[in-house]
Amino acid sequence: MVSMSEDSPTTQGHARLHKTSPAESKSTQLAKPTSTSMFAQRYGGFALRARHFSKCAIRRSMLQASHQATNPGLEKDDRDFTGQLNVIDPESIPKIKTYRLLDLEGNLLDPDYKVPFTREEATKIYRDMVTISIMDQIMYDAQRQGRLSFYMVSAGEEGISVGSAAALKPDDQIFCQYREQGVLLHRGATLKELMSQLYANADDPARGRMMPVHYQNARINVHPISSPLTSQLPHAAGAAYALKMSGTPAISMCYFGDGAASEGDFHGALNIAATRNCPVVFFCRNNGYAISTPTEEQFRGDGIASRGAGYGIPAIRVDGNDLFAVHRVTAMAREMAVKEQRPVLIEAMSYRVSHHSTSDDSFAYRSRTEVENWKRHDNPISRMRKWMEKQQWWSDEDEMSARHELRKDILREFSAAEKVKLPEIKHVFTDVWAAAPAILKEQQEELKEFLGRHKEEYNLDKYENGINGL
Amino acid sequence: MKSISGLAKVSLAQSTRAMLAGGMATPSPLAARLAGSARRASTQGEQATVTVRDAINQGLAEEMDANDKVFVMGEEVGQYQGAYKVTRGLLDRFGPQRVIDSPITEMGFTGLCVGAAMAGLTPVCEFMTFNFAMQAIDQIVNSAAKSHYMSGGVLSANIVFRGPNGFASGVAAQHSQDYAPWYGSIPGLKVVSPYSAEDAKGLIKAAIRDPNPVVMLENELMYGESFAVGEDFHSSDFVVPIGKAKVEIPGTDVTLISHSYQLRHCFAAAKILKEQYNISAEVLNLRSIKPLDVPAIVESIKKTNRAVVVESAFPGFGLGSEICAQVSESEAWDYLDAPISRVTGAEVPTPYYKELEDMSFPNADVVVRAARQVLYHEDA
Repeated sequence: MVSMSEDSPTTQGHARLHKTSPAESKSTQLAKPTSTSMFAQRYGGFALRARHFSKCAIRRSMLQASHQATNPGLEKDDRDFTGQLNVIDPESIPKIKTYRLLDLEGNLLDPDYKVPFTREEATKIYRDMVTISIMDQIMYDAQRQGRLSFYMVSAGEEGISVGSAAALKPDDQIFCQYREQGVLLHRGATLKELMSQLYANADDPARGRMMPVHYQNARINVHPISSPLTSQLPHAAGAAYALKMSGTPAISMCYFGDGAASEGDFHGALNIAATRNCPVVFFCRNNGYAISTPTEEQFRGDGIASRGAGYGIPAIRVDGNDLFAVHRVTAMAREMAVKEQRPVLIEAMSYRVSHHSTSDDSFAYRSRTEVENWKRHDNPISRMRKWMEKQQWWSDEDEMSARHELRKDILREFSAAEKVKLPEIKHVFTDVWAAAPAILKEQQEELKEFLGRHKEEYNLDKYENGINGL
Repeated sequence: MKSISGLAKVSLAQSTRAMLAGGMATPSPLAARLAGSARRASTQGEQATVTVRDAINQGLAEEMDANDKVFVMGEEVGQYQGAYKVTRGLLDRFGPQRVIDSPITEMGFTGLCVGAAMAGLTPVCEFMTFNFAMQAIDQIVNSAAKSHYMSGGVLSANIVFRGPNGFASGVAAQHSQDYAPWYGSIPGLKVVSPYSAEDAKGLIKAAIRDPNPVVMLENELMYGESFAVGEDFHSSDFVVPIGKAKVEIPGTDVTLISHSYQLRHCFAAAKILKEQYNISAEVLNLRSIKPLDVPAIVESIKKTNRAVVVESAFPGFGLGSEICAQVSESEAWDYLDAPISRVTGAEVPTPYYKELEDMSFPNADVVVRAARQVLYHEDA
């Protein structure tokens, strides 16, 4: 084991990370890199040396285009040098602890925490989580029956999506990965809108061009889901830059998984968001698996949150099954991103109860027992329910009637969406460019002539307006 | 009429011969460049000349003046004023919010620009070379080009990707590639490739104004070249339409079709063909790769009945292949008196060593030979 000197900035930094863990602190504090200006300005409590402040001044003044190299050795101060041959052993760095407010039995752990929800708000949050879980079951089965090509459930991660969404504001720009149905629902997407996307029908704003679960909703500022893994992270930085340029006090909220964090886009996005001071919250759902790859095969370091410091990005790890903790951490990160105009990284710990998607059978790489044990151990919905019951805000009767009612609502929209016709055939050709060039018009005419010539071979009734939709 | 397979065979054989001839018998195109058409151009009488570099710079500045949603981002575009000084002076004029130096992360800054475009801004994303854009090609192809379609028209990406393309001088295989065929094959993208100062200014302005994602393939060897410009060049409304080719030299016997730097060989070849063989060559500057101005190609071939396509990309699946296909599917096919000949880069990763590099790309003599071959000169 390599020894580390007492005055190593790295050990100091991680000691602080350790100190902010919930077991020892009653309020959340995001773990912060030591040499960032905003940190010093806001908290001011750490004994940063004068040189650090001068660094901060330099960083600020970069926007006034006074570039100066700040590498140690280029400055006259030689305190960055040491005679001790220290290698930082990652094993010696304390692991980042996971912030938790609500225990497995539904008890709030922090007596000073004031629940920020009214009974009505808490009920909506709870019902949204239940809605998603019921809808996931129905749609998973529907896919198995061949009624849609693909589906992805979010079982076990409802607390992450709904809890974080509850902390966001209407102006925030949302970039989802694919397991955040709860975000859409909580922000006001209707079941009809979700079903229209899943069935790629004429009511789908994407005109039926996306795979199922690739939602979008301009009304609630949810950007179309970008299927190439991790591509949404730099997009979110860009949308945040647009918010910054227009002076809008809002953030980009960007969800991704633990596997996505291995892609190059993750590095590119975090680095550029940090250096260009973009107000974006990078929200990692660490659910233990990237399709079949468990996290121990995905990375060697301390999860995703530990990477924040390397980018100069404040970071926190939170219990993803604890809706209150997820909400509180997200609200705090959001505020920090807006006020300080910088990115923040959240790593929410959970467990992917479901298969990755309908194209995956996870029992090929993990045991049923593992999944069953987890389901018995913890669940974000049951934890919230236990708390609600303790408040006398929820009862078994409420549960029964809510589940019955929600299931009925979902099935109603499911059947309705399935019956809606498909988008007009012309949309094969629209929106390739802003204006259609000749070649698209020629193709469209050719198809129309062809389908007209072979009416008996092609039944176009399922498309809106049939042949006239071309 | 020849069969399609016959045409392909002839064309491939042509490009191979072109490559070999290029190295064996002719002076290097780079040597020709160093001899200095820039100086020649700048001493042509009283007429004002502008370099390609300044033309792009002027176009960028005008569009940034006109539209505060336009910003420039890339490696070293601000403080350093651009790796090739194309963005010179823009940081001072528009400030660091709109002329943004990026860390060395093509994935990061390209993705950020695409996200900003989808959020309503108009980024001009500079690559130090398009060879580096390979690191971010998923963002260009899968995100920028497809976002309008996949979102049902809800999103648009009014973004320009620009930077030098193709081979330069002694920068070896990984920095010497022509991406016109790559981006030219993607629905949703527009691709332009300027030759002159007028092309450069007019096309960058058109690209910024165009609501679609546009790839502008520039050429390092052209940045310092000066061109005479018309009076209207300095107007802030000087725009070259995307998708329209330009007949640079009218002719009657053979059409030389090309874009960007390779046009120089076409001009030199046209001169040799005229002076030594009394052949009148028409030189067609494509200006746009996508959409390709097929009507202009068809019209020219109907006049000359013969065509040579000159490009620096690899022979397979390239611009020349595409033009051969388009012509064979058009009325121009019936007007051809000889198979179209493709003069292309050689089918090898570009060599580093200068003489070998020179052998790998077209030059004027190869173009002359190809033109004489389609005219069935027996000694060609």
